[in-house]
Amino acid sequence: MRRYQEKDNVQNRAYYNDRFWVAPQIPKESVEDDKVFSEDLESLKSKFEIKEAYIQRGQMVVYIDARDNKAVLTHLRDKLSYNFLSEMSAIDWLAKSNEFEIFYQMLSTSKRKRLRVKCFIKENEAIESVEDIYKSANWAEREMYDMMGVKVNNHPYLKRILMPDDWQGHPLRKTYPLHGDEAAQWYEVDKIFGKDYREIIGPENRDAAYVNERDTKHFARIKHEVKFGEKPSKEPTDLMDYQEEGGVFLIKKLKKDESITLKERR
Amino acid sequence: MAQHQVRYLQESGLPVVLTTADKILQWGRSNSLWALTYGLACCAIEMMASGASRYDFDRFGTIFRASPRQADLMIVAGTLTKKHAEFIRRLYDQMTEPKWVISMGSCANTGGMFNTYATVQGVDRIIPVDIYLPGCAPRPETLQYAVMMLQKQIRRESAFQKLKPKRLV
Repeated sequence: MRRYQEKDNVQNRAYYNDRFWVAPQIPKESVEDDKVFSEDLESLKSKFEIKEAYIQRGQMVVYIDARDNKAVLTHLRDKLSYNFLSEMSAIDWLAKSNEFEIFYQMLSTSKRKRLRVKCFIKENEAIESVEDIYKSANWAEREMYDMMGVKVNNHPYLKRILMPDDWQGHPLRKTYPLHGDEAAQWYEVDKIFGKDYREIIGPENRDAAYVNERDTKHFARIKHEVKFGEKPSKEPTDLMDYQEEGGVFLIKKLKKDESITLKERR
Repeated sequence: MAQHQVRYLQESGLPVVLTTADKILQWGRSNSLWALTYGLACCAIEMMASGASRYDFDRFGTIFRASPRQADLMIVAGTLTKKHAEFIRRLYDQMTEPKWVISMGSCANTGGMFNTYATVQGVDRIIPVDIYLPGCAPRPETLQYAVMMLQKQIRRESAFQKLKPKRLV
């Protein structure tokens, strides 16, 4: 969220001026400083093309070619004992460079080290599935496909995992509106009642501060409640009465003036 | 032979109660509101607490049923996602008439803080709601009060309403 700034006297000054502000980066350290990681990197470099490698917060980050992802992960698992793929997903850089950054977060329980493998693919490219190397990639890749629209080749069951199957669009892309596109906003109405019913139900009210006391279809004015859709009334309703006038047989009406409030518990 | 003297016209002596068919039928309905268990999120915890021994919904004749066929009250307790919307409508349609709906908590009322693409902005877009219960989450006392208000509303209604098609929402 944007930082709050005083907005009085706005006419005289720009209240949003951190336009060229750059987020601070976590310092990157050289891989040579760490004995275990430098050995791992040497082993990787002997077989694959490594574009960049550094250590951030005690974890090595390695950039590889996207076509090598399966071979690199097999090598990490079999030769370098990174036995656990704890997380994988994609990052949307479409606006900046028209590509996705795919990351694989690895853990070696014997070395007690974590390593992150990263690679870039273009928007219309697909990545090879690593599900047959790490089973945990199965759902992670499905989620990546669901949320980002990154296609995964040779996945056993590439289907949406969170959103419904007939959903349109991929919600975690930066271009997807937070309140949903048109298909999303009318999704439940279209699905249950059909498109003709849109007019009857009306658009979603996305304004959390919307208050209209004349509108008795969406609001009940406190202490002036009326039935759905009827005209608003100025007459106060005393809803605290549990029993209606006349009452129900066998049940006595509570009379407020006859009731007493105990000062302390009996 | 009568063992006791019965004074028919004093001290409620007459073993007869006069009422109307409407009143006694709606009295019966209002005091046996069987609710469909419809916990969707954290409000479900409060709803379960209302059913458990401390707050004890059974005092109002409200018993939770796991089948829509046996229920006549739906307490929508929690966030309704768009993926789930078709199922809540189907379960509502499976309930037998007469049926009532309590929308419990901010999320069910308006979508609450989930002003996002995946949340239905109020269950009243899908099913007709009789009582909107504010709170995040409402305490069990509040839910009891809502049930009491619904009972009051039911007793006011006529028992033999012509079954006119309800508006969809």
